[in-house]
Formats: sequence, structure tokens, C-alpha cells
Amino acid sequence: MPAVQDTVDQVKAIDVSEYKYGFVTEIEAERAPKGLSEDIVRFISSKKEEPAWLTEWRLEAYRRWITMESPDWSRVKHPPIDYQDLHYFSAPKGTAGPKSLDEVDPELLRTYEKLGIPLREQEILAGVEPTNRVAVDAVFDSVSVATTFKAELAKSGVVFCPISEAVHTHPELVKKYLGSVVPVTDNYFATLNSAVFSDGSFVYIPPGVRCPMELSTYFRINDTKTGQFERTLIIADKGSYVSYLEGCTAPMRDENQLHAAVVELVALEDAEIKYSTVQNWYPGDAEGKGGIYNFVTKRGDCREARAKISWTQVETGSAITWKYPSCILRGDDSRGEFYSIAISNGMQQVDSGTKMVHLGKNTTSRIISKGIAAGKSDNTYRGLVSAHRKATNARNFTNCDSLLIGEHCGAHTVPYIEAKTSTAVFEHEATTSKISEDQLFYCRQRGLSGEEATALIVNGFVRDVLQQLPMEFAVEAQKLIAISLEGSVG
Amino acid sequence: MLEVRNLHVEVEGQKILRGLDLKVHPGEVAAIMGPNGSGKSTLSYVIAGREDYEVTDGEVLLDGENVLEMDPEERAAKGLFLAFQYPVEIPGVATMTFLKASVNAQRKSRGEPELSTPDFMRHVKQGAERLEVNPDMLKRPLNVGFSGGEKKRMEILQMALLEPRYGLLDETDSGLDIDALRIVSNGVNALRAANRGFLVITHYQRLLDYIKPDVVHIMSKGRIIKSGDAALALELEKNGYRDYVADAAA
Repeated sequence: MPAVQDTVDQVKAIDVSEYKYGFVTEIEAERAPKGLSEDIVRFISSKKEEPAWLTEWRLEAYRRWITMESPDWSRVKHPPIDYQDLHYFSAPKGTAGPKSLDEVDPELLRTYEKLGIPLREQEILAGVEPTNRVAVDAVFDSVSVATTFKAELAKSGVVFCPISEAVHTHPELVKKYLGSVVPVTDNYFATLNSAVFSDGSFVYIPPGVRCPMELSTYFRINDTKTGQFERTLIIADKGSYVSYLEGCTAPMRDENQLHAAVVELVALEDAEIKYSTVQNWYPGDAEGKGGIYNFVTKRGDCREARAKISWTQVETGSAITWKYPSCILRGDDSRGEFYSIAISNGMQQVDSGTKMVHLGKNTTSRIISKGIAAGKSDNTYRGLVSAHRKATNARNFTNCDSLLIGEHCGAHTVPYIEAKTSTAVFEHEATTSKISEDQLFYCRQRGLSGEEATALIVNGFVRDVLQQLPMEFAVEAQKLIAISLEGSVG
Repeated sequence: MLEVRNLHVEVEGQKILRGLDLKVHPGEVAAIMGPNGSGKSTLSYVIAGREDYEVTDGEVLLDGENVLEMDPEERAAKGLFLAFQYPVEIPGVATMTFLKASVNAQRKSRGEPELSTPDFMRHVKQGAERLEVNPDMLKRPLNVGFSGGEKKRMEILQMALLEPRYGLLDETDSGLDIDALRIVSNGVNALRAANRGFLVITHYQRLLDYIKPDVVHIMSKGRIIKSGDAALALELEKNGYRDYVADAAA
């Protein structure tokens, strides 16, 4: 594919070995006081002028959360997080309520411009529609600052807006689906998110509609000592299709910042959701100082027959990644897919994978995971494939490859397989390899530098997954892979 | 000129090359023959810049410039090409992608403009036809699942595209049947030019029936022990290495 061919140029074009998105936007923020309590939960809820049911929903989550303990089963290590030392709400001043782009603070617009995120809707020139249009919801710390192409999407009945807005404009949908995939009590971080979630995107695709453009949300953590707790809810009604992209960055800060998001996907009969993530949170410096703690719960529910959910993720950032985008294959003949590239360098820790829970008959799933560890990082794939007693003829194929670069990194594969029906067929393949000196020398003899050679070999290694990404993201992902691995050779 | 002067090389404390001298002039095909373990492959690796070889003395000069301090990619850009005895597999990287990346990396480092895709494709197509490389092979990951013959043909195709000043052929004939040997040799012969030299490393005279050498060197225990014209290879084929090696030791 052309994107792969461009790799070498892209590597060459990169001249900084630093995190490129590490700048801070100087903007006055309105914050909740530090700490977490029922009052703070009420404060967040009232900031967003939420209905009483939602305030109560949050409070229940909060009361549950204080009885829970942080999970310790993953292969990641970090000092205890002081949850009272964080701000749970931070918004650039003057962003309350939905706005037109003209009213958005120019400083914010400049920030997104710098990040390469288009917030201006491209004009239609001479009646020719641009082909690669993407609608963007831009979330800055705790609020959505702009959502593009809303009006045009509305023509086909697609709802794409900040979830804080959907609470008001589509309360019945929010009430019906919020927490229906990831229950309030699901896990420590999801419960925390339920109590304090700030903003995120809401998508509803009506029956039979193929969403006319890619939807995307771009998350940016800017403020210091602030957690980001976004909540995304995507509902694809019967026979509909949507492709959704998520991107994330944060400034370079010495402190660790907490990002505990929840993403819920619901696919009804014959619907398909394709969810792609390029995660590029600040990973911390070479000694492991600073960086984002990315503790995220992502789950999709193929709720009805023949529904399909596909997760594709490229994980390059975060000091710690703890996330397992999963599929509940409830509907008969439904299908779940998980394609992942997880790259770790420096002192990064990754514990990531997926769960494919087969409940319906003839459900199928496919997992392709590519872990790449460099520097002193640790990279674990953790995956569950299970078949319920009624999930007759469930099928899974898992391929899990790890690539090690250098002598001081680690790669681990932890698969869990449970089949309660004898008709299930689960296949699991796993390999671990190193970029060999032979490969590097061969490429260099042909004129490629050590870093170009590594990028080329790594791109070959991840090709199956890159092919799953929408084109614009595939190019972005390749650049990221190259940047993430800089300094890992030699 | 490619010149090796008094080259001493060790691997893990073991002396492999012991004061080797060698000259390859532009337009010349020099063959190096020698028994197993004489250091032939080591010589080609050291010239190309592979790590793990400790050069304890001597120089390798490319037009008077010592290349031993250069990175392998720098040497490649200056025009040194090694056709590997065992070409390496690069999974997931389409052969065409790899070829284009190499050609353009070298062009860039020489300050030349990149080849446009149509120009590049035309080059590849011509080279592929001559070497009877199936166009489908170019879409497959480099060397993955290629037969021995396909791998060697791909090496020569790369050499044709990269147009080096000096081509080092490390036992290119090993693992080839007679048809493949002919195709590969024709590919090399087509690249012979007044401004290009070759160092052909082989065990067998057979290859030299197809690629006629101007000079033949016999190597033993890390040194050139005898040099002559093409007739020397024939003589060697008849008598074996033993006589020469014994002479050198005496």
C-alpha cells in the first residue's frame, strides 16, 4: 500500500526526537477545586446543567467507587495515585454551552491548527465535494470546544455532538444506552469515570444509514494536575454503518496525568461500527518521568443479530497503558475484530489486549495484535476469548506477534481461553522475534540508515494492522511509529 | 579503484584475514577462489561494513578513500554493493517497496533527486525481464518464501537498480541449478562496464565459465597466495587447492 511506501520519506522528514505535541496552550481555565467528593460530583453535574437522573447516576457511581480498590492484576507498576490531588473538571474559560466556531477562543483554534486537526469545515469549491472529509469533535480537557459538520450530518439523521449536549437534545437515547455496555460497577476506573466523566462524543446513526463521512474525536489534555475522564457513546441502529476515529495528545509535563475514559459502542441488527484509535499521549521522558496514565475501558456490544464491531488501535504514547477494547458478541452471527499495534519505548509500560465474549450462536471473532518493545519498556498482550454454553459454533482466530528491539525490553503474552461449548473452535498463534542484525545489515548495505531500516522492518511487521486503518490515519500512524522508535537503534 | 591493503581482521579473537592485499580496477572482473574457511566471505563483509569484525590493521580504499570508518549505508551510497550468499528475509515489506526505498535512500545521500515512480517502475520492469523475475514476486515480501534461485536473481536485480561502482558477489552460484546460474550470470555480464568492477567470490570454476574473469586470485588462510588470469581457475579446477595451499605454507 502506498502508505507503506512512504515510510522512508516520512522517517526522513522527522528531525526531532522529541514528542511533537508537547506544547502547552496558555489559556485561562475554570477548574473544580482539587479532590473528589459528592460535592465535586454535583459541581460537575451542575456545570453541565444535567437532569436529576444523571446527577443521581453519577453519585451512585461515586458511592460505589469509594468502596472499590485499584486493580493490581496487570503487569504495570506505578506509585499509588492520590485521587484527592487532582482536578476533576477544567474548562477553558468561556466555553460553556455549544457555540459556533466564530465564538471559540482563537488560542484554542490555534492549538488545534498546530496539532493538525481541521476545525474549519472545508468549503465546497465549484460544486466539487472534497473526498476525504472528516467531521471532528474537539475535546479540550473537560469540555468539547467544537464539533464540525453537525448540520450536514443532521441531513442524513446522524447525531454527532458532545455527550454533554446529547444529554439535553437526545435524553431518551442517552438514558437508554449510557452504562448499558460498561455498567457503572464494571471496574475501578470505569466507575470513577461514571462519577466524574466530563465530555466526549455522542454518535447516533439511524436505521439503514451509512454515515456519509468519517467521524472523529480529538482529545487533548492541556491543564496541569487534571484528570481527563471522557465518555463516548456510539449507537449504530439497525443496518447502519459508521467509521469513527479517535486521536489523543497531551503536553509534556513532569507529573503523571490520569486519563480514565469509557467508550461504549452499541451495534444493533446488521449494523457495523469501525472504531479506530491513534493514541499518542505524552509517554514521559527517557527516565520515565511524567507521562499519561491511560486507564481506559472500551467495550462494544453486538447486541443483535449480524452486528459487527471492529476495533483498530495504534498505541504509541502514555507512560502506562491499561486498556482492553472488547466485544460482547450477543447477537447470533455477530462478529468482533481487534487489530492492534502497541509500541513501547523508553520506560513505557503497556498492558493491553482485548476480550471477545461469544454469547450468541455462530459468532466469530478475529484478533491480530502486534506488540513492539524497545528501550527499557515492557509490553504485555492480555486477551480473553470465551464462549458461553449457548454460543454454538463460536469461532475465534488470534494472532499475537511481538517484536523486540534491543536487549533491555520485555514482551509478554497472556492469553485466556474459555470454551463452555464443545462446538467452539478457537485458534491461537503467537510469535516473538527480534529485529536481527542480519536484517539491519542487509538494509543498510542497500543504503538505508539504521533508523530507516528499523522503521521499514517494523512497518512490515505491523502491515496487517495498518491496512485496517482509514488511509489518513495509516499515514499518521506510520509517522508515529517512526517517531516512537527513534533512538532505539544503535 | 577498489584496493585492499594489508588487511588484518579478527572475529572473537580469532585471526581470519592476515595481511590481505587486493586491487580491483574499474572495468575488471576479479575472481577470488579458495577453500572453505579461507576468509572469502569475511573479506566481502568487511568491505561492506558488517559489524562484529575487528579490523586490527590495514585499509580498504575506494578511489583512495578509506571506507573502514564509514557506516554501511555510506559505503553503499559511494557505490559498494554486496550480493549476499544468504539474502535476508524482510517479512511484510513488499519487494517493490524495498527496492524503491533503497534506490531513493542512495540517491538522496548522493544529493541526487529521487526517481519518479514511473521511471522507477520502468527500470524495475526492464531489469526483472532480463533476470526472468516474475512481476508477482515484486509484490511479495522481500525474499520471504523465495526459492534459492529466486533470491539470487533478486540480488542481481537489486545490483542492476543500484548501479554500484563495485559489485561484490559472495558465492552467488551456491544453490543454483544450471539454468538459474545462466540467468544470474547473464544479469551480471549485462552490468559489466568500463567504470564498474566486480569481485566474484566462488568455490567453483563453473561460475567463471559464465562470468569470465580478468584476474583470478587464490585465497588461503586469510591471504591471497597466487594470482593469475582465467587459466588459473581452470588449473585449479583440475588440481584442487591442495598444491597451492601447500606451496604457500612451504
